[in-house]
Amino acid sequence: MAGAFNWFSQIASITAVNLRSLPQRKGSSVTAVFGIAGVVAVMVSVLSIAQGILQTMDNSASADNVVVLRSGANTEMMSGLVGDDTRIIAEGPGLARNAAGAIASAELFVIINLLKKATGTDANVPLRGVESAAFEVRDKFNIIEGRMFEWGLNEVIVGVGAKMEFEGLELGSTIPVAQEEWPVVGIFEAGGGLSETEIWVDAAVLQPAYRRGNSYQSVIAKLESPESFEQFKDALTSDPRLNVKAMRESEYYESQSAMLYNTITGIGTFIAVIMGFGAIFGALNTMYTAVSSRAREIATLRALGFHSGPVIISIMAESLLLALAGGVLGAVAAWWVFDGFRAATLNMTSFSQVAFAFDVSLSLLTRGILFAMVIGFIGGLFPAVRAARQPVASALREL
Amino acid sequence: MTQTVQTLVSISNVDKIFKRGSEEIHVLGGLDLEIPQAEFLALMGPSGSGKSTLLNLIGGLDRPSQGSVAVGGERIDELSDRRLAAWRARHVGLVFQFYNLMPMLSAQKNVELPLLLTHLSRSERKKRAAIALEIVGLSHRTDHFPRTLSGGEQQRVGIARAIVTDPTLLLCDEPTGDLDRKSGDEILSLLQALNQEQGKTIVMVTHDIHAAARASRTLYLNKGQLSTEAEE
Repeated sequence: MAGAFNWFSQIASITAVNLRSLPQRKGSSVTAVFGIAGVVAVMVSVLSIAQGILQTMDNSASADNVVVLRSGANTEMMSGLVGDDTRIIAEGPGLARNAAGAIASAELFVIINLLKKATGTDANVPLRGVESAAFEVRDKFNIIEGRMFEWGLNEVIVGVGAKMEFEGLELGSTIPVAQEEWPVVGIFEAGGGLSETEIWVDAAVLQPAYRRGNSYQSVIAKLESPESFEQFKDALTSDPRLNVKAMRESEYYESQSAMLYNTITGIGTFIAVIMGFGAIFGALNTMYTAVSSRAREIATLRALGFHSGPVIISIMAESLLLALAGGVLGAVAAWWVFDGFRAATLNMTSFSQVAFAFDVSLSLLTRGILFAMVIGFIGGLFPAVRAARQPVASALREL
Repeated sequence: MTQTVQTLVSISNVDKIFKRGSEEIHVLGGLDLEIPQAEFLALMGPSGSGKSTLLNLIGGLDRPSQGSVAVGGERIDELSDRRLAAWRARHVGLVFQFYNLMPMLSAQKNVELPLLLTHLSRSERKKRAAIALEIVGLSHRTDHFPRTLSGGEQQRVGIARAIVTDPTLLLCDEPTGDLDRKSGDEILSLLQALNQEQGKTIVMVTHDIHAAARASRTLYLNKGQLSTEAEE
């Protein structure tokens, strides 16, 4: 027990001595801190894109909503349902109902071409034809500017994310739809979900404009409760008149974002690892310099009777402290600059743009700082072991 | 009535070989030495003769390639690294040619360093460091950092650090080698006083014949062997 106390007291003492000498090694220490901060900032920023997309998808889903597509279709783009199908689907058991009937919106999903504000390049923007139940299914829907479109008229309302990311979607402007110009009469928000990247119009107006007859691509419906899903799904899949599949909204959006999320996470991790190697060499260089500039002090401490274990740990502590400073600096910088920063990118699954906000979450910040600590650990380990392994007499002789 | 002088350091048939690549350098060969308690021994000899190596063996900073080193009856060459470090902390005070003080610590904190290896309380450490600084005549410089002290003063701090744990053995490697004559004389007088008044056993490596003259015995090391006479 006394031995352990002595050991810890040695670690604390040598670490304190080390840290007091930090100002003498300002240059290399600051370089290491900023090197690590850069790595963490890049890593956290890139991963916050994936996190933001995930968050957007998460915001889009409601636990008691269900998405119905044609069997075999993975996206609304690939799906097709005739009007009769949508009526049968709306009669399914387990759906929430009001005076007008089941809360189910048969919807049409087409892509229009608009310019992206950030790049001035063409972008695929989703144009969604909805029925009146759509606004009850998406309970976070809210008009924040202008008004709702008139049913039966060529009017559109625009998601707040789409307005920010694409040209010509301001209130009062018009957008080109099927060789016509349709006015933007309102701007809406939808709880930060995917709908905010979309433009909405009356489905009955969109069908003839795109010569779709009486066809739709999906039915989005509200369940009585999340537990009603299995009953609803079983009824649909066992109905010989239908060839459809039902998914919880959360599952649907998860499948929509998986490819994009994995791609961005993969790229972010790859960049972080490559940069991390560079930072490890920076940290190694810093700590070798630190150890070499303090060779006399380290050798003297060991000659006085300090053990090599505490010497190793104290050098590691210094390296980890520098890494922690760099990690926190990089994480805070990423959070400061990018958290909430809005952007849009192409979701290859739906072939349409998804607007999102970078989400520098607490777990991402923690991962960034932990990554910095790994860099600090590796960067400090080798110089520390070298310093502690050198025989005391030869270390003193080299001074 | 006869007084028995006890042997403190006993070195027997010690070889020390350094390896540089494939080359072997025999620094000490079959060396025997006994140092009685409370002796002030000066070790002289040309550069590279092995003086510092011998000092390191006595202080447990190095191990012999062959032979035995016993201090106070304990075979220190057989101790593990960990126990040897603890033994050094308890029994050896080291004085270096270039003082080897921690530049970021005050004189007081430098002297307290070896006491961090004990279980003394903070106040007790402070008290003992103050006493050690008083012994070396630096009570008025306790809060000064090494860079604000003269060479002589820095070496006094080094000596205070060496004696603060009340070690059995004081090992000094060229303690006046970096000092002017006046400061060097003051340091030697201090070492002499520690030997004569406090009974400290001191082994001092020096090139300086005047410094060696302050010791109670001088031995010369040449080609790995000790003698009482300097070789021409």
